[in-house]
Formats: sequence, structure tokens, C-alpha cells
Amino acid sequence: MKRVSLILLCLMVMSGNLFAQAAADPNYVPMADKMREDGKIWVVVAVVALVFAGIAINMLRIDFKLKKIEKELNIK
Amino acid sequence: MRKIWWKILCIVIIFYVIVMGFMGPVPHLPILNETIRNTYFHVALWLAMTTLLFAAMIFSVKYLRAGRINDDDIASELTKSAIFFGILGCVTGSAWANFTWGDPWPNDPKLNSAAVCLLIYFAYLLLRSSFEDDQRRARISAVYNIFAFAVFIPIIYILPRLTDSLHPGSGGNATFGSFDFDSNIRRVFYPAIIGYILLGMWLAELRIRIKVIKRFREEEFIESGLK
Repeated sequence: MKRVSLILLCLMVMSGNLFAQAAADPNYVPMADKMREDGKIWVVVAVVALVFAGIAINMLRIDFKLKKIEKELNIK
Repeated sequence: MRKIWWKILCIVIIFYVIVMGFMGPVPHLPILNETIRNTYFHVALWLAMTTLLFAAMIFSVKYLRAGRINDDDIASELTKSAIFFGILGCVTGSAWANFTWGDPWPNDPKLNSAAVCLLIYFAYLLLRSSFEDDQRRARISAVYNIFAFAVFIPIIYILPRLTDSLHPGSGGNATFGSFDFDSNIRRVFYPAIIGYILLGMWLAELRIRIKVIKRFREEEFIESGLK
């Protein structure tokens, strides 16, 4: 019996699966691990990154337009 | 500062922060859970704001020493992008507080002092808009800017530490050590600050260049009128 429980304990520690953790560990903190496993979080990352890419491209375009005006006016 | 490389660097850093901010490993903390990731997006904003305000103060001092109007342009636009970050910081802080502290605006000393600081800097904008003459506006608002920064630091970083605050690191402990600042967070947090500082500088730089062009056109107009 002792050996069996030892093996079980080892398995629990190694697999670290959610249910066992929640039952055994009082300090267990729920995180969005399921979403990460699904890979769905990458959809969110992609959307946020695309939004920022749009903003960045827009700012670069403003930058180049200003550069053009500066060239026309001979500012430094 | 018209070089392109630091703007590309800014974009790369912010992309890194977005990807690692969502996907990187974080410490498992009760109550905070996944919202600990807001550290990269909310806390970094405030530190970037402080850095920008510090830079603005230096340019105000420079203006008072040499009297060049360009220094005043830089100081005022840096302050404006810092205020922009401050408003974003307040709004994002409210969203975060609503979920972790149960109230969008708990009467926390740090929140209230942040609001006071924003009001001080709104007064700076008001002061600037109330002068017609460039040099006069520059001189008085430079003096105000130096005083505002001298008030900003104690109000936002020192006073909340003297009382109990919901913010970590406040309430007697003046270090970041109590923040449970593990190395995984550091790896994204410090680049996030740099990325935001560069973004604020970029915004300021665009506005400074517009100002310079405007001034150039005005001078040209006056000269053409004299001929």
C-alpha cells in the first residue's frame, strides 16, 4: 500500500494535472491554462498585434509625410 | 532625432511586449490570477510617464538657461505625451481595479494622488494656452513645469508610501522587493518601459516637427509681408 501511494504521489507530481493540484494544494491559483492549451490565446495576440501594426504603419506614414514637407521647406 | 532606427526599435519592442505579455510565464498569485499581466501594460505606462516628465523638466531648465524656443517646444510636447500616458494609466488602472479591488476608483492614496498630479499638469496646459507671446509663454510655463515635476515625485511616489495603499510596494516598504517581482516579469517589464518611453518620444517628436514647420511658415509669411 505504501508503495502504491508513493507511486501515485510521484505520478501526481510529474503530471501536475489540474484536478489533483486543485485538490491537493491549498495555494493553488486558477489561471487561464485551458485557453493557452487550446491555442486560442494566439487569436487574441494576433488581433492586438495587428491593431498595433496598423497604428505603427500610420505613424510611420505621418513621419514620412512630415519629412517630405520639411524637405520642401528646407528645414535642416 | 529624425533618425528612423529608434522608431523601428520602438515597434519591435512593443511587439515583443505584446507577444510575451500574453504568452510569457507569470507567477501564480491569488486574486490577481492572469491580471498580473497588466503589469506590462499599466505599470509600465506610469514609469514611462515619469521618465518623459523628467525629460520635459530638463528641457524646461535648458530653455531657462539659453532661451531657445526649440527647447520649450520639446518640453511642452514631451509633457503632452506624458499627460496622454497619464490619462491612459488612470483609465487602465480603473479597469484593473474594478476586477481586483472591486471598485473602479477605490479611495486609495495612490489613485487620488495620481489624479491630483494629472490636474497639476492640466493646469500646465491651461497656463500655456493663456499666453499670446511665444517667449512669455515659454518662460512662465518652463518655471511652472519645473515646480510641477518637483511636486509630482513626492505626491505620486513618496506620500502613498507613508500610508497604507492597495498598491503593492506602498505602506512603509519603499522597495520593489515586496512586489513579488520575479525574473519572468522583469524580462518583459523593463522592455515595456523602454518601448513606451520611445513611443512617447515618437509622438512628441511628430508634434514638435509640426510646430517647427508651422513657425517656419509664419516667419516666411511675415517676411513676405515686409517685402
